Amino acid sequence: MTAGRGADTVVVGGGLVGCWTAFFLARRGQRVTLVDKGVVGAQSSGVNFGNLRLQGRFPGQYPLSLRAQALWEDLPGLIGEPCEYDRCGHLYLAMNDDEKRKLDGYAEVSASYGLDIEHVGPAALQQRWPWLGGKVVAATYSARDATANPRLVTPAVARAARRAGATIIENTRVTEIERRGDDFLVRTEAGDDIPCRSLVNAAGAWAADIARWFGEDTPLFPAGPPQFVTEPFPYRIVPSVQTIDGTVIMRQIPRGNVILAGYPRTAVDPVGNRAPVPPAKTLAGMYHLGQLVPMLRDCHVIRVWSGIEGYLPDMLPVIGASAGTPGLFHAFGFCGHGFQIGPGVGLCLSELIVDGSTATPLDPFAISRFDRPVAVSEKLGREFDPRTAH
Amino acid sequence: MMTLATTRVVIIGAGPAGIRAAETLAQAGLRPILVDEGRLPGGQGYRRPSAGLALDMDALLGTQAAKYRALHARFAELAPAIDYRPETLAWAVHEGTLHVARDGAAATLPFDALLIAAGAADRVFPVKGWTLPGVFTLGGAQVILKDQGCLIGRRMVFLGSSPLLSLAALQYRQFGADVAAICDTTPLREKLLAAPALAPAAATALRGLGYLARLRRDGVPMFSGTTPLAIEGRDHVEAVRFRLGDGEERVIACDAVAFGYGLKPETQLAELAGARFGYDPVFRLWGPNLDADGRARPGLYLAGDCAAIGGADAAEASGTLAALALLADLGGEVTHRERRDMPRLRREVARYRSFQKGLARAFAWPGSRGATAIADEVELCRCENVTAGDIRAAIAADLGPVDVNRVKAITRCGMGRCQGRMCGPALQEIAAAASARPLAEVGRLRGQAPVKPLAIGSAAAPA
Amino acid sequence: MTSAGDDLAGNGQLMRVAQRTGKRISITIDGREIGATAGDSVLAAVLTHGRQLRELEFGGSPRAGFCLMGACQDCWVWLETGGRIRACTTLVADGMAIRTSGSP
Repeated sequence: MTAGRGADTVVVGGGLVGCWTAFFLARRGQRVTLVDKGVVGAQSSGVNFGNLRLQGRFPGQYPLSLRAQALWEDLPGLIGEPCEYDRCGHLYLAMNDDEKRKLDGYAEVSASYGLDIEHVGPAALQQRWPWLGGKVVAATYSARDATANPRLVTPAVARAARRAGATIIENTRVTEIERRGDDFLVRTEAGDDIPCRSLVNAAGAWAADIARWFGEDTPLFPAGPPQFVTEPFPYRIVPSVQTIDGTVIMRQIPRGNVILAGYPRTAVDPVGNRAPVPPAKTLAGMYHLGQLVPMLRDCHVIRVWSGIEGYLPDMLPVIGASAGTPGLFHAFGFCGHGFQIGPGVGLCLSELIVDGSTATPLDPFAISRFDRPVAVSEKLGREFDPRTAH
Repeated sequence: MMTLATTRVVIIGAGPAGIRAAETLAQAGLRPILVDEGRLPGGQGYRRPSAGLALDMDALLGTQAAKYRALHARFAELAPAIDYRPETLAWAVHEGTLHVARDGAAATLPFDALLIAAGAADRVFPVKGWTLPGVFTLGGAQVILKDQGCLIGRRMVFLGSSPLLSLAALQYRQFGADVAAICDTTPLREKLLAAPALAPAAATALRGLGYLARLRRDGVPMFSGTTPLAIEGRDHVEAVRFRLGDGEERVIACDAVAFGYGLKPETQLAELAGARFGYDPVFRLWGPNLDADGRARPGLYLAGDCAAIGGADAAEASGTLAALALLADLGGEVTHRERRDMPRLRREVARYRSFQKGLARAFAWPGSRGATAIADEVELCRCENVTAGDIRAAIAADLGPVDVNRVKAITRCGMGRCQGRMCGPALQEIAAAASARPLAEVGRLRGQAPVKPLAIGSAAAPA
Repeated sequence: MTSAGDDLAGNGQLMRVAQRTGKRISITIDGREIGATAGDSVLAAVLTHGRQLRELEFGGSPRAGFCLMGACQDCWVWLETGGRIRACTTLVADGMAIRTSGSP
């Protein structure tokens, strides 16, 4: 049967990107229906590290990234909930001269997009952040970088989308999507057929299946970031901190808990919906954290977790219109970097759908790049467990 | 080809189940590794006094003293034949390796088979004031007496619903405690209705009645069918306020409260090792799915209270049984002993556990009625300071969670140092009541490593 | 030596009812020197002299342990040196300096 709730746009996937897309479309007056197989914000949107890092991003992503940051900075204004957004700054660390050169290169790119990057030498480092161990040779600091609580954000965005008029359907799997002339018919396991003019594929680690239904193959593979959190410890580490080799990505929240993510990323099981953290990775993260911040050696890890994220071999997401199906838009494969750009992606997609174009350049993220073999990112060897599926 | 002598078996927990399992494996020619977090073997129930403490364990344990002595004597004989590792925290299991920490250093123990006998902890239900200094678990009140020769206070109230309320009160009176009251939350009527279910262990049931008679004779105030209202005091316990079945409110002055609603299996390691879980409507808890011998999956065996609450006798029998099952699975021919003993042990374990189910019916857990009655301002999660009202608000929100793991993600309830050990059962009840769902539908808090806090400094440089 | 009797004044939460013989151990609690006996847990040593082990990180309410068997994790205390120990399962050691409020 055809449900009475025909939509202008159906969004498949209630992650951060899907929910922001639904939010912005609803604000533009569209009839939007978002469908998720589980509950909103339960997968990588809800279990990621929560970094709103600006420095060190892929150069072609800066216009999108900066647009997204402005949205994060207005979070309560947009959705009515603060979600522990914290403009805590981000500290990028180099442990040797090679890494320093890399750091300087990142800083140059960031600065060229208007980001205010501060270079900090070893002496000033010890003075400003005395909890740092002595092996850091150089750092860059970006004050505009921030963090937020990923567990809170996506449900809050979904609520705001609903207030703006979007329909949110949870615990319902999309089983089939039919092309009907220029329109789509989205069929759910509940037996509902939802006709719509536009379709957004924001199904995260499960999005490649939907793209494939429309003849677009992507080498999407799942992996997860091994993370842990410590007991509350006196709050001293204000900025979010990252070593450039990725062994330590950490932040302390004002409640006192220290959260750590670190490479290599780990194998996950999207079929069984499991993302176990190998203890050896937890131990490696603990060791590196203890080296970097010696005072934390007395602090205790209380919980590990990971999540199921979608990765692509060039470590760039797919964002934008389908190459072959007018009215279909993709946003997936965020390669562990989707949280920060999430609101920007939603805004751009809403513009593509309503206005037919967006001022933000999205060319590097076109799905058509997979028509030819893509260059494999050097990060793939460095940031991944050999056992992940790629 | 795996042979008995080279098979690596790790047992977690040196309580009655772990010790009997180790004994059985050692008798068959294996040298199991026995990992225990405690300093001394015995677990919680058969805990030995710490060094130098002059404590009359015969007086304390009464009719159970002989079993206590036999178990410890057996362990002393056994010690040279096993690889015993006390004061060792088992914090994770992953792909055939147990991860441990001892003396501030992490280490790994690869295994071919794992037998978990991690025991149980008190099951608690929040009441206003339950985080005050002077409120301890009922099991804790007994442990600190055995381990340290200390009482939890001078004048105490035993509060909750458990056959151990009267046993602990008697033990405390032996050592001079002023037992101000025993406040059992179960109405006498419900206990009588459940009496037939206690038949499988009539001797134990009679022993329990004996405790009650002695307490009554000694003039200890005993109330049943009470509703705890608050544990009062500014910086520590000063009184317990409760309502009697007829609606009358009472306040009893005290400086300590021993508090518990029975036991809850310690299942975190079993979960990490791959055990599956099922909902048990009698205990209103999720427990590991096991066969009659304690097999959770190939190579994983559970025994004692962590498999199913059964008490010390069940723990001993199920430890032996699970070890025999492990031996049988190693592929040797079925030994005479396995053929002879396994059926008997299965019957014994089933009988003890069925008795415990009867107790769970007789000593009611506050359940959904209790959950509805908890005031919004009452702390539910001791670690993260999350109140019952925080849970209800999160669930009531638009697109609010139903599953307790989502409730945890939104509210931080169960996210702290204890990882939901203390708040988990009550969280499930409050979430079910607030979302008007059956308890089984809100799920259970998933376990994650480390099952107990692990010092960052315990990790060595990665290889 | 024995540690029974230390708490007869009644200002501690716990009441010691069994004598312990063993090596005398000297520890400090919030800077105050206290005699204990080898085999005493940190929790027992502190709570036979006072009623608090620590303050909750969120709001500062006093805590004095709960499960007494290493399950609830509500008795982690600070050492003056910055270390952290679980009071119910850690034994006293000579020179141990424990603090029951704030952090070092």
